[in-house]
Amino acid sequence: MSRSLLFIAIGLLLLSGCSATPWVQPYERHYLADPIMSFERDPIATGYMNHVYEAREAARGAEGGSGGGCGCN
Amino acid sequence: MPIRPGIDGHASLCPSYKAVCLLCVWLFLPFAANAAVLPEERADTMYHSYSGGGVTIDGPSVLVRKNIGDSVSVSANYYVDMISGASIDVESTASAYSEQRDEYSMSADYLVDKTTMSLGYTNSSENDYEAETVAFGISQAFFGDMSTLDLRVSYGSDEVFKNGDESFSDVAEHRRYGFSWNQILTQKLIAELSVETVSDEGYLNNPYRSVRFVDPSIPLGFSYQSEDYPRTRNSDAIAIRAKYRLPYRAAVKTEYRRYADSWGIDADNIEFRYTHPLDEQDEWILEGKLRFYKQSGADFYSDLFPYANAATFMARDKELSDFSNTSIGFGVSYRLPDRWSLFDRRNTVNLFWDYIYFDYDNFRDVRVHDGSTDIAVGEEPTYSFGANVIRFYWSVWL
Repeated sequence: MSRSLLFIAIGLLLLSGCSATPWVQPYERHYLADPIMSFERDPIATGYMNHVYEAREAARGAEGGSGGGCGCN
Repeated sequence: MPIRPGIDGHASLCPSYKAVCLLCVWLFLPFAANAAVLPEERADTMYHSYSGGGVTIDGPSVLVRKNIGDSVSVSANYYVDMISGASIDVESTASAYSEQRDEYSMSADYLVDKTTMSLGYTNSSENDYEAETVAFGISQAFFGDMSTLDLRVSYGSDEVFKNGDESFSDVAEHRRYGFSWNQILTQKLIAELSVETVSDEGYLNNPYRSVRFVDPSIPLGFSYQSEDYPRTRNSDAIAIRAKYRLPYRAAVKTEYRRYADSWGIDADNIEFRYTHPLDEQDEWILEGKLRFYKQSGADFYSDLFPYANAATFMARDKELSDFSNTSIGFGVSYRLPDRWSLFDRRNTVNLFWDYIYFDYDNFRDVRVHDGSTDIAVGEEPTYSFGANVIRFYWSVWL
């Protein structure tokens, strides 16, 4: 019984997630669209610095896969 | 034939493999930046230079990315490392050398609605190391484009050789699994969580590297023997980064990464960056950076083993020791006026300089024994050095 309730609760939670609206609307992303808000503006330069560090440090990975920004272009 | 004693700063464990994997990540970088659009079409030509610890590594890199139709983007990169000099390892156990590493890579991205899929291939070649990597990535934007999920996998296969020993040959395999979640938090704040697991198997040490052990039978008091690493290594890294737009037109970035692996190495690094355009037209963009890194060494690392064959696995690679480094960097980007711009497109010229200071806690400078010294074996000063890193590149938006 309690398990069924748990599934229902999770289902409702997921459904409510689908109906939630983004709290930053596309027209509110002008700051994020600014090129200075990219995590890395120039892939060629970022890749090189990652190489410099990884070659001289034991740590590796999770260098990041995104450029930030607004996702809108 | 020059004897290469191993790492000279251009790579620590699997030189070509590391570079190849990084390149794959690099080629996929544009994915999540704008998951619902293709990456920018641009061409970048860079001169790069690393100089420090007696070694200079420099060369060109050219990266071109172009769209085919509305849903496909292809990129190609040619990268060269020209290595010369004599690092502390070279001075201690062998002669100076020079060599070159060439790397070619290409990738294709395919955009469908809010999903981008990509395939990449990289080949790295030097006279004693061949590496190939294939990679696949998928990126999905959702929640009104406020969130972007990015998954990546790659497989690398290496062949390792040894100059001066025609009979030596071995292989290594590398698998990487990466996940990133990019999230818009407010109108001025964006954050990202990245996790990556790496699994290596095969010949993971450097055939030229040696460990030091106490040897009372010779006047110097110590001798060298070959390193020996485990043939497997698994690592996990998790990073969180955020970028915030200040009340005036400038941005700050901060990043923290935690790392641990099956060799007993733990590492943390943190970075702060400040980006400041001088005017609304972005003619000049200035950037400053601070970065701190600290790691604990591998379980099988020692600067001086008590006797020959003291352990099953032994390393004296300074990249596996306890150490920290501090970086400071400055950069400037200048957008060329229209009258100077090629192809009537947006052109920028960029210069970045970084200074990195490495401070080793238990890697000792044995060069003190080159002259007459009263310093006892194992009591030598710990090693430290500074390195200058230059990136000078020209970018054209196609």
